[in-house]
Amino acid sequence: MSVSDLSSFTPASGPTVRAVKDPFHGDLLEVSMGPQHPSTHGVFRMVVTLDGEIVVKLKPVFGYLHRNHEKIAENTSYLGSMPYTDRLDYLCSMSTNWAYALAVEKLSGQAVPDRAQYLRVILAELTRLVNHSCLVGFLFNDLGTSFTPLLYAFREREKILDLFESLSGSRMMCNFQRFGGCRVDPSPEWLAAASQLVNNFPRFLDEYEMMLTGNEIMLARTQGIGVLDAKKAVNAGLTGPVLRASGYNYDIRKVDGYGFYPRFDFRVPLGAHGDTYDRYMMRVLEMRESVKILQQAFRDLPAGPVMDPKAKIRGFRPKPGEAYGRIESPKGELGFYLISDGSPNPYRYRVRPPSLINLTLLEEMCLGHTIADSVVILGSIDIVLGEVDR
Amino acid sequence: METTEQIRDRLLARFPGATVTLVTNPGPAAEHSLLLGAAHAHAIALFLRDDPALQLDYCSNATGVDWPDKEIIDVKKLTVPDPAGGAPKIVEEKTKRMDPGYLEAVYHLYSMALRHGPVIIRLRTTNRSDQVTLPSLTPVWRSCDFQEREIFDLYGIVFEGHRDLRRILMWDEFKDYPMRKDYVDPDDYEWEPTPHAEVLDRAKQHYPTPPPAAQPPDGPSVASAKEGKP
Amino acid sequence: MLGSGIVKGLLVTAKNFAGSYHDPARMVTQQYPEERPKLPENYRNFPFLVTENATDPMGTLRCVACQICEKECPPQCIYIEKSKDKKPDATGKAQLYPAVFAIDTSVCMSCQICVEVCPFDAIKMDQVFEVAATNRFTGLLLNREQLAKPNSYFHEIHPTDANEVDTRLAAERKAAEEKAAAAAAAKAAAAAAKAAAPATPPANPAPAPGAAAPKPTTPAA
Ligand code: SF4
Ligand code: SF4
Repeated sequence: MSVSDLSSFTPASGPTVRAVKDPFHGDLLEVSMGPQHPSTHGVFRMVVTLDGEIVVKLKPVFGYLHRNHEKIAENTSYLGSMPYTDRLDYLCSMSTNWAYALAVEKLSGQAVPDRAQYLRVILAELTRLVNHSCLVGFLFNDLGTSFTPLLYAFREREKILDLFESLSGSRMMCNFQRFGGCRVDPSPEWLAAASQLVNNFPRFLDEYEMMLTGNEIMLARTQGIGVLDAKKAVNAGLTGPVLRASGYNYDIRKVDGYGFYPRFDFRVPLGAHGDTYDRYMMRVLEMRESVKILQQAFRDLPAGPVMDPKAKIRGFRPKPGEAYGRIESPKGELGFYLISDGSPNPYRYRVRPPSLINLTLLEEMCLGHTIADSVVILGSIDIVLGEVDR
Repeated sequence: METTEQIRDRLLARFPGATVTLVTNPGPAAEHSLLLGAAHAHAIALFLRDDPALQLDYCSNATGVDWPDKEIIDVKKLTVPDPAGGAPKIVEEKTKRMDPGYLEAVYHLYSMALRHGPVIIRLRTTNRSDQVTLPSLTPVWRSCDFQEREIFDLYGIVFEGHRDLRRILMWDEFKDYPMRKDYVDPDDYEWEPTPHAEVLDRAKQHYPTPPPAAQPPDGPSVASAKEGKP
Repeated sequence: MLGSGIVKGLLVTAKNFAGSYHDPARMVTQQYPEERPKLPENYRNFPFLVTENATDPMGTLRCVACQICEKECPPQCIYIEKSKDKKPDATGKAQLYPAVFAIDTSVCMSCQICVEVCPFDAIKMDQVFEVAATNRFTGLLLNREQLAKPNSYFHEIHPTDANEVDTRLAAERKAAEEKAAAAAAAKAAAAAAKAAAPATPPANPAPAPGAAAPKPTTPAA
């Protein structure tokens, strides 16, 4: 079969809502949800076929934010792609930077000084706090709790973003990690402010949980909704909190022990049911573990340079070879696969986006639930369209 | 975990007749990979997934790589004896040959159960134009579903056995494969003036009268400075 | 009891509502146009070109038109044309200067790569954020004149960075001066040796032409 033989399949061409006949279900309604739907977290489209209010079929449609990031990166120098990685998962630019720096360091055999390793852990865990608190806020937006929890989460996020801004110069597009270290050494004042913020964070979490965790409406809307089987999830490559909510213990921080994570004492929270409620709880518990990691990191942060003296900014050319570097980003496994042919630009640059692959089982999770629940399930998976579409 | 060589030897013993080649990685990462023949790829993938010692139950990353045709010049050194009886001369003989290009699909496999990895497997198409079919590994690892669609979309590898193979990021009517190395941007894809007049020049070919904003009324723009016009 | 969760949640809301009137930790909103944000020193937005002397900005640009930043800028929004002639730079060496230096700020993403790769400390990050233009294409294409800002401004926005750069440049300038002086002395000595023996070598070797008048740096703000 050649390429041209494939029939082109366009879901829901024509009207965005149409009636379809199905021999088994009878009259169905096909609704094209998105790409400008407020609850799809960006320009994401789901073509849902409904029997009454129940989802009987769901097809995700991607690509509205596609800019071929990989091609751009293959035409840019290694360093030049770093600011573009900020734009992949724009909520977590610090950890995305790290994933890319990690892959390049693996490719070129570049060493990283201790202080930079600690700093990376600190920034990645702060990013996890940002991401998870926002996600929980957005999840409640999807449930219909318009904005109150979200804005409380944004208030805390704002404080962390202020820290990022005073360290890296930008709130969201940090462009902070470099091959062989970090760009700026934080001042003692910055560290004191960050450590104080981290110490205050559990108070916010307690308050947040008091407001949300026991809320009866929230329990009714999330428990038993969108149950995900762990075995299926492994086969479908789901990673991160979504997988762990199903009770499967796989955290790359523990498995690969990249960076200095083996030096930290933290636990990996696991869910029991794999439903939306567990996925919510997973985020809250992970934030508590992140706070623990951060406190240890501030305690143990060694003195020293933040940049390897042998690292090169101009004229960086790794030797031919390839490397796959991956980290546990707040959304799951974020990997960068690089092939070098010895030139200043990567020959092949590939991003393994956790957001995209975590959507593989979206249809399975939504089948049999109402359309309002499918919105919540999508929210609990946690996607960012900058990363899905790249 | 076994080394890549050991896995290769085990696969060759288990699947007589299959081609399994070790592709070494010269870089510091030293992640070597196994090149599988397309005929046995599906069976080998199933074996890798279910073998109790390996249990590679998780395919983390699937991606395409384009290796275009390359012209290779072989230089052979011949020693020609001098008929006059002097020292023999060394003559270089150059032969050109085309190294046929291919498209490659690379899979990074990990074991979640045994927490090891990666084992990297590669599949290669025969050429880049008409024989671009590879067996799909989506029936083995569901995580290849979107990723193989993406490879099909951006590289044009057709995965046989994929149940829903259609474009994923580009729109369905799109013709070319943008991630291939010889892909040429369409002229009209960006026409806004930038200091680099190259884009503007191409846009001019496409739009006979450039949009008014492209020619500022006040003062020469940098774009025109690049063209060397006053 | 059914409903207790909701009541607890409402309590939290009430606490936040009351707290937003007196607790700064619960009230982070700034009334922007009236209340100016205090920008951290590291804040960056759009590059500018450093000039040594505010009275003659175009004559004292630090940039030597080496075009490294043009090559490295990821979205390719810098455009440089080299000058035909040379003039002395900060260390007194004759250097090219940019005849055209333009940055398309509608494309620039303030990534700071150009600043990091510049070997001459000629381009630095600005802190402007209220940038608007009525013409989308030409209004945001900044030329050399618009980009040039004096070193004193750099000291104002990034004091730590600027002081470090100034010390380094001053050291380089001194080294260059000494080198030029030594070279001149050696030349003079050689000339003197060549000349008749009774002639006394000049006490003060003539200074090298470039190092004669190093540009004064603008004092730190
Ligand atoms: S800040 Fe970044 S995008 Fe802007 S001119 Fe410099 S290198 Fe280019
Ligand atoms: S700004 Fe710096 S890097 Fe760019 S051309 Fe001038 S001297 Fe070179």
